[in-house]
Amino acid sequence: MRNSLSLPTIPAFTLPSLVARVGARLPQWPHSVNLALALNAARKLGVLPEETLQELEGKTFRVTVLDTGMVADFTYRLGAFRPIFLALDKPDLHFTARLSAFLQMVSRQEDPDTLFFNRTLSIEGDTELGLRVKNMLDALEWPQLSWQGLRPTFLKG
Amino acid sequence: MAKPQLVCPAGSLAALKAAVDNGADDVYLGFRNDTNARNFAGLNFDDKSLTEGIRYAHQRGRKVLAAINTYAQAGRFADWTGAVDKAADLGIDAVIIADPGVLDYAAEKHPALRRHLSVQASATSYEAINFCREKFGIQRAVLPRVLTLAQVENVIRNTDVEIEVFGFGSLCVMNEGRCWLSSWATGESPNTVGACSPAKFVQWEKKPGEMDVRLNGILIDRYANDENAGYPTICKGRFEVAGETYYAMEEPASLNVLEMLPEIVKIGVAAIKVEGRQRSPTYVAQVTRNLRQALDAVIAAPDKYSVKPAWAAELGKVAEGSQITLGAYNRPWR
Repeated sequence: MRNSLSLPTIPAFTLPSLVARVGARLPQWPHSVNLALALNAARKLGVLPEETLQELEGKTFRVTVLDTGMVADFTYRLGAFRPIFLALDKPDLHFTARLSAFLQMVSRQEDPDTLFFNRTLSIEGDTELGLRVKNMLDALEWPQLSWQGLRPTFLKG
Repeated sequence: MAKPQLVCPAGSLAALKAAVDNGADDVYLGFRNDTNARNFAGLNFDDKSLTEGIRYAHQRGRKVLAAINTYAQAGRFADWTGAVDKAADLGIDAVIIADPGVLDYAAEKHPALRRHLSVQASATSYEAINFCREKFGIQRAVLPRVLTLAQVENVIRNTDVEIEVFGFGSLCVMNEGRCWLSSWATGESPNTVGACSPAKFVQWEKKPGEMDVRLNGILIDRYANDENAGYPTICKGRFEVAGETYYAMEEPASLNVLEMLPEIVKIGVAAIKVEGRQRSPTYVAQVTRNLRQALDAVIAAPDKYSVKPAWAAELGKVAEGSQITLGAYNRPWR
């Protein structure tokens, strides 16, 4: 289908439990930093709609990847995604799933409602905020990325 | 054999493109306000995405229908007439309307714009449909999901209005256009604000071993960890009745007509509709692609038609509560 990132077909998998046990013991802040960086990159590409982003102002988010043990806390404040280094007590919105489910969702292989119905994806917190974020992700039209487009500007002819 | 149009949902431009690319004949959508019955945060079309969507569909020979299918609220009639005007101005192919006042306005002001009677008008008899034809010049009526196949056929035999039926998607209590369950709990319902169980009233609460869902504080359901979930609506909740806890109204499930598609085509329906403007482009692509293949197979050779396991598997997967049903179509009782 169009408008999707071209990733290979992703099966539903669960990583060995050892990965989560080890992952959960590692510092979590690098995940928060990486996710905030990625989201800001998407924002700068103009992929994320400005008007929906404004609705996220001041809200706190957590993404938990069950089978890697990763927990990333972040917020959207003053026009940018920012990592949160001290674990939140209760984020406004919390997504939980296995790594394969997140990948299937991002690559538009699986529908988020389907994953929610079959309990693969859990969404907790402010339901309206969750719906807004889900609908924003659903509405995204991924740009056609190419290596050419990713080259630093000083290399472009 | 007449070939029914496949009418698919779009809550975003990406979903519209998914519908068109996967074989929808018509795509239906709504504006970003309470003039449509899927008025959810972050969903639906602004002028820019609508203009682009219409261009995309028309370039490929498909039609775009606008659902203006809530009831005009007191003192705000202009919001609904404004939506009709906008649909006409932007080049929408047909408007889907429930409110007789809004229908009357559309017929008077934009006689050349096709008018479809929304499922929310709850017209189940050919008398009601013919009345709307006479008064408001409707060209098509969407039937509520309460009729058996024989009853649908009877409607078709007694009207010139094109008949559209549902082919796939979430089922509610199916008291379309007349349901007040959401209002009872929250003061808001599809007819008034364009949303059943508005998200601001919904609370999902995860506890060890279970998940509760409440609507404005009312416990609707409690799911064990391995149980499939549905949409948080009262009609699909489990309640304690006379000492027993069960689905007192209906189970969460999706309608799926794959099995009886040849019969539906044979009785002469003009269009088959897919529910789900609130769903993702992935769902729209999956459902449209499978129904397109099934419908083409029926048209090509109705006698040789059989449901391919791959169609059934993919449609079963995206169904609400992961369950499918033939709904009222094959109801044995009257």
